[in-house]
Amino acid sequence: MIKAYIDVTLKKSILDPQGTAVKKGLKKLGLYAEDVRIGKHIEVLLKEDKIEAAREKIEEMCRRLLVNFEVETYSVRFEVIE
Amino acid sequence: MKAGVIVFPGSNCDIDAYKVLERLNVEVKYIWHDEKIDDEDLILLPGGFSYGDYLRCGAIARFARALENINEHIEKGKLVLGICNGFQILTELKALPGALLRNKNLNFICSDCNLIVENNGTPFTNLFNKGDIVNFPIAHGEGNYYIDDDGLKELINNNQIVFRYQNNPNGSVYDIAGIVNKRGNVLGMMPHPERAQDKLLGCEDGLKFFNSIIAYFKEA
Repeated sequence: MIKAYIDVTLKKSILDPQGTAVKKGLKKLGLYAEDVRIGKHIEVLLKEDKIEAAREKIEEMCRRLLVNFEVETYSVRFEVIE
Repeated sequence: MKAGVIVFPGSNCDIDAYKVLERLNVEVKYIWHDEKIDDEDLILLPGGFSYGDYLRCGAIARFARALENINEHIEKGKLVLGICNGFQILTELKALPGALLRNKNLNFICSDCNLIVENNGTPFTNLFNKGDIVNFPIAHGEGNYYIDDDGLKELINNNQIVFRYQNNPNGSVYDIAGIVNKRGNVLGMMPHPERAQDKLLGCEDGLKFFNSIIAYFKEA
């Protein structure tokens, strides 16, 4: 089986008010960050055993539901589970 | 004129929407999310938190059985009105362009809200004058309308912007509060006209909105 770890984030061009609020919170703790962006982490377990097949499946899942491409983008990494 | 108010698990403005149509003598019924829509002239997607707003607001609702035939309904030229969560569902369905993001100040905003009527040529606004100011309350955490520059130009050129905020509460692009599709038979808006149906509740500007829909069908 293959586990896909998907990170969904707002596109760079979209303001992220959550990230901005957290950045301000960090600053109040004396921890300065250049930038903070917040996204979603999704883990999907697939019965496929080939990464390419898994990638195809994940791309379709992202296109059809997991990601709203109007405002979001994603990255994915795979892990083969024995 | 027949109307159907779709009730999703988590809808919470369905009764207000039903009541305003009922008191204006429209033949209206509730449609449970698991039922199919029939020959209704107006389908209303109410506010609330359909399916807990999991993943993204409106993202799961578009798979409801009640929405299976929604594109056919739209193609026939019948009306669809999405209020608040209903607007979010319509953008997820791609029945309307753009997306709704977290409010710029991150707060859930619940307040009166003045809107400017930008387009009074729609089936939903024909009793208003262009430039009228109306007060429909807002109650949302994710009402920050986003569309890219090209999309915005298209909305403006096609006269698809129906309501704009007088004082933008949530960071929406171009102060947009409500838009129609190109054909003009699908309206999505964040403010709640159904919550402005009686002076006892603070305001009755919403009646003119729903009377516009009734007038549209009388003329047709």
